[in-house]
Amino acid sequence: MNYSEHSLSFVFFLSSMKVELRDIQKYFGPVHANDGVTLTVEPGTLHGLLGENGAGKSTLMKVLSGFLSPDRGEILLDGKVVRFHSPTEAVALGVGMLHQDPLDFPALRVIDNFLLGSPREFLLDRKRHKSRLNELADRFGFRFDPEARVFDLSIGERQQLEIVRLLALGANVLILDEPTTAISAQQRENLFDALYQLTKEGKTVIFVSHKLGEVKSLCSKVTVLAHGKVTGEAATDCPTEELVKMMFGQALTVGKRCEMNLGEPILELQDLTLSDWRLEVKGLSLKVRAGEVVGFAGLEGSGQELFLRGCAGLLKPSTGRIRIAHQDMTGRPYRDFIEAGVGYMPAGRLEEGLIEGMTLAEHMALTERNPPFFIDWAMTEEKTSQRIEAFNIKGQPTTLVEGLSGGNQQRTLLSLLPPQPKLLLMEHPTRGLDMESTEYIWRLLQARTQQGTAILFTSSDPEELLDRSDHILIFFAGKVRMMDTCGASLFHLGELIGGKGFE
Amino acid sequence: MLALFLSAAILMMLSASPLDAFSLILSGAFGSWAKLAYVMTAWAPVLLCSAGLLITFAAGLWNIGIEGQVVMGAVFATGLMRILQDSVPPSAVLMLAALAGLSGGALWGMLVGGLRRYGNVNEIFGGLGLNFIAGSLTVYLVLGPWKRPGIGSTSGTEPFPPSLWLPPFRDFQASPIEIILGLIAIASVAIALRGTHFGLQLRAIGKNVKAAFLKGIAVDRNIFLSFGLCGALAGLTGWILIVGTSARHNLYPLISSGYGYLAILVVLLANLKALWSVPISFFFAAISMGSLQLPLQRQLDSSLGGVIQGMLVLSILVIHGIRSRWLRREG
Repeated sequence: MNYSEHSLSFVFFLSSMKVELRDIQKYFGPVHANDGVTLTVEPGTLHGLLGENGAGKSTLMKVLSGFLSPDRGEILLDGKVVRFHSPTEAVALGVGMLHQDPLDFPALRVIDNFLLGSPREFLLDRKRHKSRLNELADRFGFRFDPEARVFDLSIGERQQLEIVRLLALGANVLILDEPTTAISAQQRENLFDALYQLTKEGKTVIFVSHKLGEVKSLCSKVTVLAHGKVTGEAATDCPTEELVKMMFGQALTVGKRCEMNLGEPILELQDLTLSDWRLEVKGLSLKVRAGEVVGFAGLEGSGQELFLRGCAGLLKPSTGRIRIAHQDMTGRPYRDFIEAGVGYMPAGRLEEGLIEGMTLAEHMALTERNPPFFIDWAMTEEKTSQRIEAFNIKGQPTTLVEGLSGGNQQRTLLSLLPPQPKLLLMEHPTRGLDMESTEYIWRLLQARTQQGTAILFTSSDPEELLDRSDHILIFFAGKVRMMDTCGASLFHLGELIGGKGFE
Repeated sequence: MLALFLSAAILMMLSASPLDAFSLILSGAFGSWAKLAYVMTAWAPVLLCSAGLLITFAAGLWNIGIEGQVVMGAVFATGLMRILQDSVPPSAVLMLAALAGLSGGALWGMLVGGLRRYGNVNEIFGGLGLNFIAGSLTVYLVLGPWKRPGIGSTSGTEPFPPSLWLPPFRDFQASPIEIILGLIAIASVAIALRGTHFGLQLRAIGKNVKAAFLKGIAVDRNIFLSFGLCGALAGLTGWILIVGTSARHNLYPLISSGYGYLAILVVLLANLKALWSVPISFFFAAISMGSLQLPLQRQLDSSLGGVIQGMLVLSILVIHGIRSRWLRREG
C-alpha cells in the first residue's frame, strides 16, 4: 500500500475507541501500585483520572500505553482483549501517551522528532512530511518551525509536538499525564482547545491530573484513584468536596503540632527565583527557625526539588538571597553549605545517596571532614559500629550498602549526616518504608529538632505532612503557598494540593 | 581456556600447529637468560603503566591517552638529557631526566583532565587526540630540531652514550632499577587505593559520581589529580624507554610501542585489582617478547602475540559479562 494514502486514512477517517481496563494489578517489589483497577472510558470523551501523588495513576496509564505490563488483568480496546509488549505496539493499536516530562530528543530538529517512530521508509521525503506536520499542527492551532531544534522549544510546544506525532502515528486514544505542571496559562488554553477539538474529531482523551479545577472544567467524567484502587467515579458536575473525599478518604487527620517553641532563624530566603529546564519558581521568601519542621506538598515536579536543591547550594538562584544562620550563602559552592551545617538527603538512596559496592565503614570514612592522608580503619570501624547501634541499622561495618533493606539504607543515610546539622533537607525521607521504619526515622528526626535542627522535607503522603510539620508549603506548578498545620484538616490540605486558591 | 582455544583456532586457520606456536612463544620468552632479560625490560613499562591506570580506572576514567603520556615523558627526558649531558655528571642527568619524564607525562595527563573539565571533552577523545599530537611531535623533533647530524631519518635521534644508560645487573641485560620502580609503583597504588582518603574518594567517584559529589568530595580536583598521577607514571615509563638497559637510547617515533594499551588490557584482566596486575603484566610481557620468535622460526607474524592477549581479555570480559547477567537473573 502506498504510504501516504495509508497515513491519510488514519488521520482523516476516524474511528472512536472505547477503552476498558479490567482488574489491573501491578506490583513494584512490595509496593502494590495498582490493586484491581477496573475502568471504562467511553469513546470520544474527555475522561479525567484524578488522584494524589502515588495513587497509581501514572502506573495505570503506563500499563495502558504499553510501557509496563500488568501483573494481572486485561486491557480491552473496542471490546477486544489486547496485549502490548511495548509502547510501539500500543501506538500501532491506537493508544498513545504523553508523559509528564516530554520523552523527546532535544538535540534533534522538530521534523526529526516528528518522524521518529513512523513506519519505516528507507529514504525520507522530508518535504512531504513537513507539509503533513504543518497540516496537523494547523488543525489544532499549533505552530512549529520544522527546522527548529527541540531544546529551543518550551515545554508546552514540546507537548504539542508530541501530540501531533502520536496522532500522525494513528493514536485514537490519547493519554496526557499531568500535562499542565510546567506550561504557561496561554499554552494551557491552547492545549485545552486542542483536546476539545480532538474529541470533536472522535478521539478519546484520558486526562491524568491531581488538579481538581482543571479536571472539573475540562472533562465530562472522572475516575478517582487512591492507594492503587478506584475510590469513586463521577460526572464532573459533582461537588468538589465529594472529589476531595474520594481522593483523600474520610480520615479526619488534623495537624497536632501546635506548641511552637522555635529558636533563631536558621534559613532565610529573600525573593528567591530558581529554575531548571522545565520550571521556574519565582519570588520565594521564607524564614525557617531552629527546631521547625516544614513539609513540602504538591504534585512531584512542581518545584519542591528545585527549592530543596536551591537551599542545599546545589542550584544557584537566578535572583534573591539565601541566608543560613545569619550568614549570606547566595551563590556559594555546595561545599560551603556543607560546612555551614546543611545536610541534604536525596530521594534516590542508591542513585545519589549511597555508593553501591562500598561498605558501611567506607561510607563512614568518606564523610570525614579534613581527613588525614591515611585512613585509620580500626577507628573508622569502631565509629561505624557505634552509629550502627545508635541508628538501629541491621548490618555490619563490612556490609555492602546494596545488601541493606530500604529502611536500613535510609537509616544509614541519616547516620552519615553530621551529628548536629543546622538544617536538614530531605526528599521523601520515608518513601517505600513500612510503618515501623517510618516511625523510627521520625523519632530520630524529632530528636534532632529538639536540639535545634530545622528540617525541610518533601513527601507525597498528606497525612505524614500534617502529622510531622509545623508548616506546609504547597507547590502548584511553580507557585507556592504556606499553610499552618495546627488544627488544619486533611481535607483542607487536599483542597490546597488540588489547586484551591492558586488559580 | 576459551582464549587458548580461540587462539588455537586462529593458528589452525593459518595452517600452523598451535602447540608448536605456543611452545615457541614460551621458549622465546624463557629459553635463555638473555631472553628472560628481554621479558623483564618489557615487564617494567607495563607494570608502571598498569599502576597509573589503576588510579584512573578506580575513578571510573578511561585514560586512553596513556600512550601519549608515555611519549611525552620520553620527549621531556630526552630534551633534558640533550641539554645537560655535557655539563652535569651522568647519574645526576639520569635522575633529573626521570623527573622531567614524570612531569612531561603528568602535564599531558592533566591536559586530558583539563579538556574534560573545562572543554567538556570526554577523556577518551581528548586522550586519543593528545596521543596523535604527541606522536606527531616526536616525528617533528626527530626530523627537525633534534635530527642526527648530517642525516634526517625517522629512525630516531642520536643515541645517548652508555654512561647515560641504566646499568645492567652483571650480565643480565635488564636493570633491576626498572623492575623495582614498577613494583614500587604498583605497591604504592595498591596501598593508596585501599588505605588513604584520596584513594577512597577516587573509588567513590568511580562508583557513583553523583553520590560522591553530594557527600562533599572535591570531584573535579580528584579527577584532575588522578590524571596527573597516571600521567606521571606513564612519563616515568617514557624515561625508562630512553635510558633502560635494553632500550635504543634515543627518541624515535612510536617509542611508546603500545605499552600503554597493553597495560589497559592488563588492568581490565586484573579486574582493577592491583596485586593481580603484577603476574598478569609479567605474563603479557612474556607473550609479547616470546611471540617475536614466531616470524624468525616459522613464517608467522609476531602480531600473533597481540592476538592471544586480546583474545584472553575478551574471553575473560565475555565470561564476566555472562556470569553477572546470569547472577542477576538468579537474584
